[in-house]
Amino acid sequence: MANVMIQYNEQGELCLYLPKKDLEEAITHFEFDEEQRWGGEVHLISGAIYYIDPMPSRPKLPITVRAKRLQAA
Amino acid sequence: MEMTKEQTQALIDEVLEVYPEAARKDRAKHLAVNDQANAGSKCITSNRKSQPGVMTIRGCAYAGSKGVVWGPVKDMIHISHGPIGCGQYSRAGRRNYYTGLTGVNAFGTMNITTDFQERDIVFGGDKKLAAAIDELEQLFPLTKGLSVQSECPVGLIGDDIEAVARQKGEELGKTIVPVRCEGFRGVSQSLGHHIANDTIRDHVLQPNEGKEFETTDYDVAIIGDYNIGGDAWSSRIILEDMGLRVVAQWSGDGTLAEMENTPKVKLNLVHCYRSMNYIVRYMEEKNGIPWVEYNLFGPTKIEESMRKIAGFFDDKIKAQTEAVIKRYREQWDQVIAKYRPRLEGKSVMLYVGGLRPRHIIGAYEDLGMEICGAGYEFAHNDDYVKTTPEVKDATLLFDDASAYELEEFVKKLKPDLVGSGVKEKYVFQKMGFPFRQMHSWDYSGPYHGVDGFAIFARDMDLTMNNPCWKNMKAPWTKTEAADLAKTA
Ligand code: SF4
Repeated sequence: MANVMIQYNEQGELCLYLPKKDLEEAITHFEFDEEQRWGGEVHLISGAIYYIDPMPSRPKLPITVRAKRLQAA
Repeated sequence: MEMTKEQTQALIDEVLEVYPEAARKDRAKHLAVNDQANAGSKCITSNRKSQPGVMTIRGCAYAGSKGVVWGPVKDMIHISHGPIGCGQYSRAGRRNYYTGLTGVNAFGTMNITTDFQERDIVFGGDKKLAAAIDELEQLFPLTKGLSVQSECPVGLIGDDIEAVARQKGEELGKTIVPVRCEGFRGVSQSLGHHIANDTIRDHVLQPNEGKEFETTDYDVAIIGDYNIGGDAWSSRIILEDMGLRVVAQWSGDGTLAEMENTPKVKLNLVHCYRSMNYIVRYMEEKNGIPWVEYNLFGPTKIEESMRKIAGFFDDKIKAQTEAVIKRYREQWDQVIAKYRPRLEGKSVMLYVGGLRPRHIIGAYEDLGMEICGAGYEFAHNDDYVKTTPEVKDATLLFDDASAYELEEFVKKLKPDLVGSGVKEKYVFQKMGFPFRQMHSWDYSGPYHGVDGFAIFARDMDLTMNNPCWKNMKAPWTKTEAADLAKTA
């Protein structure tokens, strides 16, 4: 489990920031980005996949959440 | 010299040839040929431990915290906690200008250290730190706060600087910030920036959450401008001309109070992304303050950045910005008219910290120059992602290059100008390459902003068109062929 920050970058695209590694990477797929459900699998451009426990509503971004790494880059 | 992608790759392969296999495999990941089609993805490995046995030019976490982030905060004393060398050999080297009376209400260029001796290593240095803080309070009562910048031994012997800082802070009623930036942490000064940002968050922003401060709708903060040679001042002129109010400078010519007031601004303006993105991310999440990267090197980028910043404000600011741009144009067009003919077509190779290689490209291009190679000491993947679109295809990119690699690249690419740090300066000058020290502007500056651009252009001209480069060869070693080639 790692702390990650989900945010919009300057181009308005979702990206994930990993403070521990000082790494900001574009998100290519975000499983649930809906008003009623937010989270799930997060695919990064580097190939890594993280999992965020789905929340019942879409939070205000940026937000720091706990995420599980399903697949390394 | 135009290079194709294949040629650049061949150059990389040739330079890697001399390494033993394991080292070659590792270094190969840090060298790349720019490919714009690949933008946005991983093209180069960065932020890894340097290869043992080769010369790296990186610094340590202490350098990142004391030297870069905390050091320029002028109304605080930053204690270099540990042996004397770390502070003394880096004292005032970054040329962070500030106003104030040094030793009275400003302390930027002073070296204050606890000067560890064997005794302190054996018995611990906490008592000495407490004594030092008392002594400083007596000598310099006008300090607004102190920071304790740990050097390697402090972490190794396990001193409890947090306890001393807390106790003394309560006693004196001043902000005392313990910073765990021992040099052995992380792979470069980059982690030092991060640690320093975290301590600002914990010891400056959080305790002052509710602080009253009269705000306006046009408040901004300059983040990540260290006022090298006066950079932040020439940036500030532009922002104020646009109609904005700069309430804080992080951290060049900055103060503790300015930092405390920052969570009340409307927009955080980030110049050095690498060293201060951490704190603006925090303020965005916690205080809802948006942040934006800007770049004040050279007319093209200045114009672009001014419009980008104005876009966050109302029509009044936007209109004023356009008017100011018109006025600036007259100023910088003259600079370009004077220097571009003298610099047109020349090539530059840059190897600097974590931001400038990509930021300063525009300024060179405004003068008609071209980047043939760019590299960072301690950049991370996101920095390279942002660099890819800025440089041409087939440009050589290198991460944490060793002294050997750098020399070979320069010999092969033969740039008209090399821009890097003081450790590289004399090597390349002796090799006969015009060189500018691009960390502290080679005792010149400012280079930011409109006024800075004029100085930048003049300096580049002075360096490259200096007659000394024609006299690098002793007359008796000159061959006839070389003479012929010159006249041909
Ligand atoms: S690595 Fe350690 S000993 Fe060396 S300068 Fe940095 S803090 Fe000082």
